[in-house]
Amino acid sequence: MKIELKGITKRFPGVIANKDVNLTVNDGEVHALLGENGAGKSTLMNVLYGLYEPTEGEILVDDKPVTFKSPGDAIAAAIGMVHQHFMLVPVFTVTENVMLGVEPTQNLGLLDTSQARAHLVELSEKFGLNVNPDATVEDLPVGVQQRVEILKALYRRADCLILDEPTAVLTPDEIDDLIEVVETLKESGVSIIFISHKLKEVMTIADRITVLRRGEVVGSTTPEETNEQQLAEMMVGRSVQLTVDKEPATPGDTVLEVSGLEVLDDRMQRSVRGVGFEVRSGEILAIAGVQGNGQTELIEGITGMRAVEAGTVRLNGKDVTGSSPKHLFGLGMAHVPEDRQEDGLVSSFPIKDNLILNTYENSPFSKGLVMNREAINSSAEKLVEEFDVRTPSIDVKASALSGGNQQKVIVAREFSHANKLLIASQPTRGLDVGSIQYIHGQIVAKRNEGTAVVIVSSELDEILALGDRIAVMYDGSIIGVLDRSEATREKCGLLMAGLSVDDSATSDSATAESETSESQPASSTDAGRRER
Amino acid sequence: MKTDAPPEEQQRIEPPSRKSRPLLVDALIIPLLALFSALVVGGLVMIFADSEVARAWASFGRNPGNAISMSWDLVSSAYGALFDGAFGNPTAISETLLSSTPLILAGLSVALAFRAGLFNIGAEGQMIAGMLAASWVGFTLDLPAVIHLPLTLLAGFAGGAFWGSIAGFLKARTGAHEVITTIMLNFIALNFLTFFLKTPIYQRPGRSDPLSKEVAETARLPSFGDYRVNWGIVLALVMAFVIWYLIFRTTIGFRFRAVGANPKAAAYAGMGVAGTYIMAMAFAGGLSGLAGTANLVGVVYSMSPGFLGYGFDAIALALLGRTHPLGVVLAALLFGALRAGALQMQGVAGVGTDIIVVIQALIIMFVAAPALVREIYRIRARSAIETDAITKSWAS
Amino acid sequence: MALGFAAAWWFGFGSESGLDSTFGLNGRGSEIELAPLTLPSRETSLLLAAICVFLGAIQLTRGFGKKANLILGLVVGCFIFAFLIWAARDDSLNLLGMLQSTLLRSVPITLGALAGLLCERSGVINIAIEGMMLTAAFTGAIVGSAAGSTTVGLLLAVGAGALLGALLAVLSIRYRVDQIVGGTVINILALGLTSFLSAQILARYQNLNSPGRFRVIEIPLLSDIPIIGPLLFANNLFIYLMFILVIGINVALFRSRWGLRVRAVGEHPKAADTVGINVLRVRYRNVILGGMTAGLAGAYFTLGSVGRFDENMTGGRGFIALAAMIFGRWNPIGAFGAALVFGFADSLQNKLAILQVPIASEFLLMAPYIATILVVAGVVGRARPPAADGQLYIKE
Repeated sequence: MKIELKGITKRFPGVIANKDVNLTVNDGEVHALLGENGAGKSTLMNVLYGLYEPTEGEILVDDKPVTFKSPGDAIAAAIGMVHQHFMLVPVFTVTENVMLGVEPTQNLGLLDTSQARAHLVELSEKFGLNVNPDATVEDLPVGVQQRVEILKALYRRADCLILDEPTAVLTPDEIDDLIEVVETLKESGVSIIFISHKLKEVMTIADRITVLRRGEVVGSTTPEETNEQQLAEMMVGRSVQLTVDKEPATPGDTVLEVSGLEVLDDRMQRSVRGVGFEVRSGEILAIAGVQGNGQTELIEGITGMRAVEAGTVRLNGKDVTGSSPKHLFGLGMAHVPEDRQEDGLVSSFPIKDNLILNTYENSPFSKGLVMNREAINSSAEKLVEEFDVRTPSIDVKASALSGGNQQKVIVAREFSHANKLLIASQPTRGLDVGSIQYIHGQIVAKRNEGTAVVIVSSELDEILALGDRIAVMYDGSIIGVLDRSEATREKCGLLMAGLSVDDSATSDSATAESETSESQPASSTDAGRRER
Repeated sequence: MKTDAPPEEQQRIEPPSRKSRPLLVDALIIPLLALFSALVVGGLVMIFADSEVARAWASFGRNPGNAISMSWDLVSSAYGALFDGAFGNPTAISETLLSSTPLILAGLSVALAFRAGLFNIGAEGQMIAGMLAASWVGFTLDLPAVIHLPLTLLAGFAGGAFWGSIAGFLKARTGAHEVITTIMLNFIALNFLTFFLKTPIYQRPGRSDPLSKEVAETARLPSFGDYRVNWGIVLALVMAFVIWYLIFRTTIGFRFRAVGANPKAAAYAGMGVAGTYIMAMAFAGGLSGLAGTANLVGVVYSMSPGFLGYGFDAIALALLGRTHPLGVVLAALLFGALRAGALQMQGVAGVGTDIIVVIQALIIMFVAAPALVREIYRIRARSAIETDAITKSWAS
Repeated sequence: MALGFAAAWWFGFGSESGLDSTFGLNGRGSEIELAPLTLPSRETSLLLAAICVFLGAIQLTRGFGKKANLILGLVVGCFIFAFLIWAARDDSLNLLGMLQSTLLRSVPITLGALAGLLCERSGVINIAIEGMMLTAAFTGAIVGSAAGSTTVGLLLAVGAGALLGALLAVLSIRYRVDQIVGGTVINILALGLTSFLSAQILARYQNLNSPGRFRVIEIPLLSDIPIIGPLLFANNLFIYLMFILVIGINVALFRSRWGLRVRAVGEHPKAADTVGINVLRVRYRNVILGGMTAGLAGAYFTLGSVGRFDENMTGGRGFIALAAMIFGRWNPIGAFGAALVFGFADSLQNKLAILQVPIASEFLLMAPYIATILVVAGVVGRARPPAADGQLYIKE
């Protein structure tokens, strides 16, 4: 089917998310929608899928104008969407999830699960999407869950599939699988719109590329006519510095020493298996890896937010395994958590209170039980200025700030003390370029002051920009540690996919050897390994 | 599916509202309108329940004026008597203050717990626990008043604190939702009370019904002159100030508020969430214990089986007062006035005292749903984000 | 396992050997007479205790699996039986009567639990079951009397429940009131209204408080089966409805299209929304259905059991129903099982007084409440509520 978006404008109070966007997707075409966070890609697709109504403009399907008042309408027009955050009910089976909303029934409204199941199996074979129809979704790995989402759309006879950041949560192996699926779909005549901010993939997969920036179309091209540098410039609007200026590190003594760490996740699975590493003062250890390989639990274990099953954590030689966050903070550890709104800030508190969230019991902010308002206020004023937090006052609630400024508040809070150790998880997720550059600068400054820094990020660019040493996590273990000088995108990518660096460079032979060559002795190679 | 919520990345700071109404006006308008609405609906209930007025309405077609005037007479005499009974003369005011005392304390209890993110429905049980401890101190020990009274009050606080901390402990250790545990603890405390009242320790000698011994003279709260009101009201107001200071000016209060607003972030910042829950419930329980004790050593001097009846009111007060101690005090005075005037209303207008409960429930409802009040009276919202949603699920 | 050892200690060794417990097995008017079942007290208790220990050991070694509920049921059953044997040593106890009483007392709890279930499965916490039951009980009494027909009374009682359900739904869905606050409001409102109207109207017009009760309907043939017959097939409408609802809701929830959608809304409303399910409509519908079921539960009090309305006659059973729902893991059959346990505890109090068991009656009264706390604290295994339980759903 052919889809045309003509002159789409979408306004929200105070914000224009899409401005006069024109987009054409031809029959059987794979069209990539490229842009950085906040460019308006998701909004545009939500308009197409009927979740939003456009303020202006029209949508044409096969040259006929249509209006979608809900996803139901879009689905009826054979448009399907796979969201970035899956819309699957965790406790239901695959079949139940796929048939939800279009359930076949016997008499009396009783479900005819077997009919749905049969159809599902048929589709899954036709498009090469392997799933176990009776598996419970929450037990499935993310890549398989995504397949379920795609099958959901195909079950409803989608002729055009919108994929929103599909590779964000996949391992490189799974990404390859996805590319194959996309090819199969394309051959069957299904059009695909592919939202991404990853230049490499877009260049690999797309037939056409449209770049959005700040809600407007900046350009439309094909992979043959362009290259990554050009695309990056279109996305960001100026020549982009893809690296951070930084002098080489001068590491000192070991500050953080982790060995043999084992941590369980929420479902009692071992998600950190015997992890060990060292970080010295004045250096940045960047932990890379696709989300979901145990990084979150690792950091939670080190920072005292999750129980540690085995292993030790030493801070400046002292055993601090399982210590409370408060204790660790007292010993000089700073932590910028992954989810700034949930874990880093109290949204309903004003900025000044958020800034003392972990220091409120110390002087000068309080004496005994009584809190010292002047001290709190003056310190807040200072920090807000020092860390460039854009806000009319220190009394504004944290919830009113933009993502970038919220992160700056957290950074101000954590960075404003002399720390021995700084741990930052996904420090620039969802931020605009200006904030990203600012925070990167702050992190490097800390490192230059002699702090030991650990960064966890799923953005390889960030890893390569900041890391002095790079450790890659895969399936709960550190599968390789590289010095920055020897780290390349390719090597990191291989490690992230679970392949040891010692393997030969080609991916085919690497795939065959992946079962046998593991750099971590602790990890098991049975089939249960992939379960997460 | 329409929306007005922009995606996260593109949210800006709210521009200042064009027509800015002072915050105080806003904070008062809705509660006042809520009160008004509640009185109106309460009046309707009264009309419906009165057989004579109902008959007048049945013949509305023939004599509309009669129905309306009878209704008006009923409602106005009821509310008039209510007001008179509450404020009409010094005795009435004394009664109002007297009734308000335990309400202030219980309301503070619930408000404090709310601040820490906890729903304390267990005020009744905590009051009983406090009373059990206090009355024992009251009738067993023989000390000069200067020591006996404070000791009794302290015992009351301790008893309630103990009972409250059970629920806090359960929540901290097992995640058990405090709504259910506190309600259950209420009933358990109730049964303990009946049990204890039959034991020789507590039971008044010479009586076979469950009635406790009287508290010694030295443990009673002195009254003001001939009026029934006693120093309990002073105690309550002092505690209101103390709690205000605790919540807004101390590190403990900061911790309560942080944990209440976002336990995860609080944990990340190093605050012990479990300990906070226990402490908050202990404090809240203690306040309720004081409420029961104030009633014990100020009015009745002995215990009899049954709930005191302030527990659910306390929830209403905490909500009405927007969990702020000053608001709680004002709301408690209002409810105390309602209680004090109820008897007069029953005597003069023949309207049963339970209507007060209905009015109170309506007040809470309207206050808890400001959107509803706004819809009725067509007031524009101050900003798009105004409601405080503290919804939680059982497993949190 | 702990139960097993406790049983062995207490009951086994507590009774001297040589004593017998006699259980009467006949009910009123049964066709087939059975000789009373006589068992040696001590030996049987020990045997049952051994079974408990054995089952507990299995549980420990094999871990809690799908069979956990079944094993739990067996353990509880054995424990209870051992307890009865101990209590009845050297004496006789009408077992059938006990079972009947248990079943009857579990009716309002089961129905209440089903009501809670219907709401929570779609993601709305309903703690107003108590208030809904009370209002329905009152409505049933007054309407049944006025109309002279229990059926009409029942219909309007269910309607009253539906109305309150609608109120809860509107408050929590439309006006975004916290669901617990909204439920509390309704409870207070119900208590106040029913007490007020009861005092105003029912006290004056006694003829409005005698609605009569539903007669017992004996199913021919089936009701003659020994033991089971009189127990299951000679009851009034309410019990039959209860059985139908337990099974019906179970089938509907887990095997029908309606049920799948409801559960989706309760677990992941956003997912349901994106496949075109109207989340808010599902919630409204379910809460109203829940209200109706609670109305049925309430009607049981006046029209199925007592035959008149007394102030606050529900006595906290609405909250026990919530506990039963949690105990039963949000599952109709489980809730019924849990309700039986609670009903048993409720009926214990009477019977044991007759048997002169040396435990103060207050402690027995406390038993259901303590049991609830144990359940909620997760002592009896982890329970997973619907994932989106209690969360606001804001449409985008």
